[in-house]
Amino acid sequence: MMPDLGKYAGDVLMAYGITIALLVLLIWRSLARSAKVKRQLKDAEERRKTHG
Amino acid sequence: MIRLFWRDITLSFRSGGGFGLGLAFFLILVTLIPFGVGPESELLQVIAPGILWIGALLACLLSLDRIFALDFEDGSLDLLATAPIPLEGVVAVKALAHWITTGLPLVIAAPALGFLLHLDSAAYRWLIITLLVGTPALSFIGAFGAALTVGLKRGGLLMSLLILPLYIPTLIFGAEVVRRGAGGFLVGTPLAMQAGITMGAVALLPFAAAAAIRVALR
Amino acid sequence: MAINWNALWEWANPRKFMSWTDRALPVFAVLAALMFVAGLVWGFFFTPDDYRQGATVKIFYLHVPSAMMAINIWAMMLVTSLIWIVRRHHVSVLAAKSAAGIGATMTLIALITGAIWGKPMWGTYWEWDPRLTSFLILLLFYIGYMALWEAIDNPDTAADLTSVLCLVGSVFAILSRYAVLFWNQGLHQGASLSMDAEENVADVYWYPALVAIAGFVLLFITLVLLRTRTEIRARRLHALEMRERVAEQ
Repeated sequence: MMPDLGKYAGDVLMAYGITIALLVLLIWRSLARSAKVKRQLKDAEERRKTHG
Repeated sequence: MIRLFWRDITLSFRSGGGFGLGLAFFLILVTLIPFGVGPESELLQVIAPGILWIGALLACLLSLDRIFALDFEDGSLDLLATAPIPLEGVVAVKALAHWITTGLPLVIAAPALGFLLHLDSAAYRWLIITLLVGTPALSFIGAFGAALTVGLKRGGLLMSLLILPLYIPTLIFGAEVVRRGAGGFLVGTPLAMQAGITMGAVALLPFAAAAAIRVALR
Repeated sequence: MAINWNALWEWANPRKFMSWTDRALPVFAVLAALMFVAGLVWGFFFTPDDYRQGATVKIFYLHVPSAMMAINIWAMMLVTSLIWIVRRHHVSVLAAKSAAGIGATMTLIALITGAIWGKPMWGTYWEWDPRLTSFLILLLFYIGYMALWEAIDNPDTAADLTSVLCLVGSVFAILSRYAVLFWNQGLHQGASLSMDAEENVADVYWYPALVAIAGFVLLFITLVLLRTRTEIRARRLHALEMRERVAEQ
């Protein structure tokens, strides 16, 4: 299955590896912040209902 | 407006006003370079145009946050914003005052420092001309950056981060003119480009800076 | 068919935006994942090596899409910032804010993959070539833009100031591009994907590259929608917290 990358195997794999790592980091951070803000907003809305 | 201009200039001459600080910084920077890269005069001669331009740029940056910050703190910027003269004019006058007190001394001091760095004798003329043409752009771009960060508590570092990329075209053309001048090549194109950037910056950036100040004062 | 332009603005109303993106987001996410994986798998496993560049040609499927996105995302930020300045649409400026982080990542990917590709091809990771230098400058602009957002507390003030910065920054980015070109003619080849078929790379590389580009674009759309939704919520949260603070006093 793995294609023969010849002498450039290290370079190509490194490029793919770094790209995917950076994109995963970006997606993960986006999701994490989304979840955090969603939770905080929910708390704030509930505080408003109970107190206000 | 003229009174504002003189007020800014006299303020900068007073103690702690920043006048002279830029010059001293420029001198120190140029003194440090040989320690960093070695005292060989051939090497220094090659890098002198770039060093002098970068030195001028950083020295200019040093005093930028004073353009608006002091007036913002004591509230006189609010008064200026509601004054009968347009805020764009205020910005332009302040940037001009900054240039007179920072840029112009740098232009005058640069040849002496060029001497220290073994600058090619053919390049002195171009060094002075290009600094004269280019430093107004530094002051006006800087005024814009200072306006963006005027309301911030610790805006100095952020301002440098915002302004320095904007200085790139001026730096490229400025250093290029000096390099070409030293080599005896034609300098018309980069000099014209640099003059274009300066005129564009002087004409347009006061509007952007005034818009930023209005937002900050809101 | 006449397009009702006013109806178009309706889509940018925060509440409406939240409701339609709620439904559209999963669709875009699935499409993005499909195209992204398809493009990269096709490019990585099923394309021949270039006779000159060997296997390094596979980096193409990462380098070109990310470089395209790096520039286009800045252009999108410019447009959305302008819309904010002219029409005061909150969603618009929040989309610009959301896009900046993605754009910076894309620029970084383009730079890194370019460096890795450059080593075997040009014998150097980094060269002060106009294209490489321009991308480095673009990265600085992204960083400055994001730093300004972070530094200002009031969301409206931040939106106004970053929009002005984006506008002025765009002018200077273009200026820098030409200044850099003037400063050093470089190693980098011209654009690989021009409309002129003669100049294009061969079809075997071109089709998977198109899929990969589509994957990057869809990924960007998905992320920008997700992040804009987050920013809208964050704004509402900020407003609620301010109200609480006022109520306490």
